[in-house]
Amino acid sequence: MKDKIFRFLLFVAALLILLLSAAIVYALVSRSGETFREYGIWGFITSAEWDPRSATEEYGALSFILGTLYTAFFALLLCVPFSLAVALFNGEYFKGKKIAGVVRSVVDLLAGIPSIVYGLWGFYTVRPLVIALDVNAQGFGIFLSSVVLAIMIIPYASSLSGEFLSMVPNNLKEGAYSLGATRIEVVQHISLPTAASGIVASYILALGRALGETMAVTMLIGNTNRIPGGLRGTGNTMASVIANQFGEADGLKLSALITIGLLLFIITAVINLIAKLVMKKLSHA
Amino acid sequence: MENIKITHSKNAILQLKDVSVSYTPEKFAVKKVSTDIYPNTITAIMGPSGCGKSTLIRAINRMHDLYAHITTTGEILLKGRNVLEMDPMEVRRMAGMVFQQPNPFPTMSIYENVLAGYSLNGIRLNRSEKDEIVEQSLMSVALWDEVKDVMSKRGSFLSGGQQQRLCIARTLALKPEVLLMDEPTSALDPISTNKIEELLLELKQKFTIIIVTHNMSQAARISDNSMFMYLGELVEHGNTAQMFTKPQHKRTEEYLTGVFG
Repeated sequence: MKDKIFRFLLFVAALLILLLSAAIVYALVSRSGETFREYGIWGFITSAEWDPRSATEEYGALSFILGTLYTAFFALLLCVPFSLAVALFNGEYFKGKKIAGVVRSVVDLLAGIPSIVYGLWGFYTVRPLVIALDVNAQGFGIFLSSVVLAIMIIPYASSLSGEFLSMVPNNLKEGAYSLGATRIEVVQHISLPTAASGIVASYILALGRALGETMAVTMLIGNTNRIPGGLRGTGNTMASVIANQFGEADGLKLSALITIGLLLFIITAVINLIAKLVMKKLSHA
Repeated sequence: MENIKITHSKNAILQLKDVSVSYTPEKFAVKKVSTDIYPNTITAIMGPSGCGKSTLIRAINRMHDLYAHITTTGEILLKGRNVLEMDPMEVRRMAGMVFQQPNPFPTMSIYENVLAGYSLNGIRLNRSEKDEIVEQSLMSVALWDEVKDVMSKRGSFLSGGQQQRLCIARTLALKPEVLLMDEPTSALDPISTNKIEELLLELKQKFTIIIVTHNMSQAARISDNSMFMYLGELVEHGNTAQMFTKPQHKRTEEYLTGVFG
């Protein structure tokens, strides 16, 4: 009897989570209706116009989609060498050593720092450096947000790819050493290619995090509602424009912001799905 | 040791002098092993699990260097040069190793696997040199006819026995002086084992082979000389036929007759 009740409770809990997810999607979709009726899906995605003045009101998501892609991919680019270095340090060169454990804990600690703290640090510490480097006058923009974002996603990229590197079978490495390979040759020709799909999957997951990161980016990107003029320019990401403007939005503008939320939700879901597929392929190989 | 009746015709290619290997300062896995190995012979190393036979052959190509806590002392002379003072990469190219578990590189094709020793060491070859090395190496392990039409397939596409022959070919491609084999057939079925044993008998025309084996009948079938190790010590080293019929030491006799194993 007890067993039956417990099973029933588990079933209810699982069902509740499914219903909740469905409710979130439903809320997003239903409140996006106004935007879609006004512009159509394609029209909304391809328009870079964002004009909230009531007389000339018009909304399009392109500036924010591009702003999101710029910052996320540039952050990923910056994060690759560092997270690869950490992964090789922990998963290959110092595998199983005390120092690897220390590095791993510190990197994990980075993952636990709240986004707002990164935002503050970026605002007061990194921004003056960006100004000193003469990237742009105010420091705010794609470059600054990408740098901070890169540091924020290093833990995600490095810990998972380090796991995959440390899973490369020892007998393959010994086989390569027995043929006279040096350590760097083993890493380059055996460890990295063998762990490649896992490493790629880790980076896709890190990209997913970068796409959705909100608080720090909102504080650093400059919040301008147009297509960013390159790395030096300012802009807005999909997440940051919502964070910045939802408080004073109503009507069509609110619907447009919710539609951007829906699009962001879809993009990150697809990215996570791709990462899972890559890893699944790996585990069957 | 008085068991000097080792089969040989030429000077030793490999000389071990007081070789000891320790995992911790007090714990020796191999204790003061001294002996000579002669060219174009097959030497089988036998002994119960944990007697140090794998540890001994891994000392010869300096695999122990990969693990900081293992120390090797003594002298290992390969063609007169002390292995322990040479560049380990050069040593490993001169003394090739085949492992218990076939380990073709899964990210490389069959063709690339054979050439792995070259590509890993950054040695550039032109197409015809590559083709020649691949064909020769695969011929010498009797794998050429079986794989010549599937060269671009992954090494893991082959059966276990074929994979092990591919690994032998990969080692032979570097033209080593000595072939070290660490229980190369223990993961294989009897038919594949038989093929590899036949292969070794052919390969000894060109190479010197040292094979660690658990399988006494394998040692009897293929080896010229046998070494019997017990608790890290080399108990006996001599002509295989003689050792199997008239072992010099009581321990050897007990092992060969199955008193312990």
